[in-house]
Amino acid sequence: MANKVFHVMYDDDQKLMDGARALVAKGIRVKDVFSPFPVHGLDPVIGVKRTRLAIASFMYASTGTALAILGTWYFMIHDWPMNIGGKPSFSWIENAPAFVPIIFEFSVFCGAHGMVLTYLLRNGTLPGMPASNPDPRTTDDKFVMEITTEQNGGMSESDIEALINTTDVYELSIKNY
Amino acid sequence: MLKEASIRQPLILGHKTYHDITKDICGPIEGPAPREWKIAITIAAIIAVYGLSCIAYLVATGIGAWGLNKTVGWAWDITNFVWWVGIGHAGTLISAVLLLFRQRWRMAINRSAEAMTIFAVIMAAIFPVFHMGRVWMAYWTLPLPNQFGSLWPNFNSALMWDVFAISTYFSVSLVFWYIGLIPDFATIRDRMVKPGMKRFYSILSFGWSGRAKNWTRFEEVSLVLAGIATPLVFSVHSIVSMDFATSVVPGWHTTIFPPYFVSGAIFSGFAMVLTLLLIMRKTMKLESYIHVKHVEYMNIVIIVTGSIVGVAYLTELFISWYSGVEYEAYAFINRFSGPYSWSYWMMMTCNVISPQLFWFKKIRTNLAATFVLSIVVNIGMWFERFVIIVTSIHRDYVPGAWGEFHPSGIDVGMFIGTIGIFFTLFLLFARYFPVLALNELKTILKMSGESYKKEAEKH
Repeated sequence: MANKVFHVMYDDDQKLMDGARALVAKGIRVKDVFSPFPVHGLDPVIGVKRTRLAIASFMYASTGTALAILGTWYFMIHDWPMNIGGKPSFSWIENAPAFVPIIFEFSVFCGAHGMVLTYLLRNGTLPGMPASNPDPRTTDDKFVMEITTEQNGGMSESDIEALINTTDVYELSIKNY
Repeated sequence: MLKEASIRQPLILGHKTYHDITKDICGPIEGPAPREWKIAITIAAIIAVYGLSCIAYLVATGIGAWGLNKTVGWAWDITNFVWWVGIGHAGTLISAVLLLFRQRWRMAINRSAEAMTIFAVIMAAIFPVFHMGRVWMAYWTLPLPNQFGSLWPNFNSALMWDVFAISTYFSVSLVFWYIGLIPDFATIRDRMVKPGMKRFYSILSFGWSGRAKNWTRFEEVSLVLAGIATPLVFSVHSIVSMDFATSVVPGWHTTIFPPYFVSGAIFSGFAMVLTLLLIMRKTMKLESYIHVKHVEYMNIVIIVTGSIVGVAYLTELFISWYSGVEYEAYAFINRFSGPYSWSYWMMMTCNVISPQLFWFKKIRTNLAATFVLSIVVNIGMWFERFVIIVTSIHRDYVPGAWGEFHPSGIDVGMFIGTIGIFFTLFLLFARYFPVLALNELKTILKMSGESYKKEAEKH
């Protein structure tokens, strides 16, 4: 039996939410949703977990802090101490206040760019990548829910289709894949 | 669906659907370029080319082409630098700080304000970089291993902090801006018919598909970036102010500089945002998205920051007398009565007196008056930096070393030139990029759209 994919299109975010709730309550697994903007409250319904990007960002920023501390120590204290107006040049801790701006800026730099690179890689959004939204209207004003027969093994194709049609569908397309 | 209090004024006027928002913002990109745009970009580009030729002359001749002398070693260049960086601050403030405060009105203005930030920071960077003289050695500011020792840059120096602050600020703002642009580029990509343009936007959109997980990540990334960009905004202009405050020059050696500079930056940045947006909303027909309420909110920010700046001016004056340091006191007496007193009174009028007019609701909701005042504020803020920099150093401890500064043609040409480059970049942005954050506006349409609010009130 060929696997089928249902692309259920809604013309309103509220209709999409109601549709998703109804279908999930009937035991259907929603594979993905394509929408023109973030639909708040949808994630728990279709089982999208919270992203850990914020934790990643914290780790990148901490790495930045550590590198900046190491760098300021190496450049200014260890490798080439400079006598600037007789200020202490032999101890990192006594110089630390003057290094705070750079340590801060470098932490932000690493935290922001590390997180954004991770975000782009995890999303698969990089220059030249092909788009995978099933319909060009999903970036305008339509919302598409993707349901596959593969993920809903216990149900027949016609059962799924019947359930989908109980919601406020705008358009439905069924394809083999 | 979240409901907004009915006494709040709607942010999107008229009856709009999601599709209308797409159409209103992508329409101008898809159509042919309007005549006014072509005229404007031609003028801007001519000025930009003139500025670039001044820069080329400066590099070929040396910094002596500027009006600087032994006494006044920083003048127009650093004035322009601080002025442009200050303008840049509004964009990040709008996109980051107002995001954390959940100010929904920011969504109509954040995209263009961030574009303004990025272009303004590029303009700002031109001045200190070319002030280095041998500009091809600008990379010496970075701690790179070299054959002099290795000899490292001085991490104790406020100028070095600035290198890190400005480059971090620029790159983080750029990334923040682009992350928001990706989904909107995808919208344009999916609407484009011409294959060349479709390909162009397809590359720019990085293959964005708008999956549920992508949007979850998008919102998290925006929030975290806003969270780390907020202290960044404050740190950058604080560090710029430390370029002066950590010195021992009377008039510069002041602990109030960081907050004073930051509020001045936001003040001038909002003025520039208003100048640009008031033109843009008219020419690009965005009146339903950027309307009087948005302008009023921005004017309120201008009153607040303008008043902080005013208080800072008076505090400086008072403290210079109260400190009992005669050099400090003289620096300020010289400011308002010396050879550059005209610039001091210009600054006082433009920055302290004129923004107070916004206390009148009639004035702050009047678009023409706002436009005029926004330009007045920008002029005033340029003079503020000129006053701080030039009047402080042209007369310091030893009267024998006193001097005056007169700008050369190259000084003026470079400044005017950066305005030309800035407007060229901004006009290109307005033509080819989505000028409003489509995806964000769509999320507030049902909460803050006029017709939706009226509908909600009936129930």
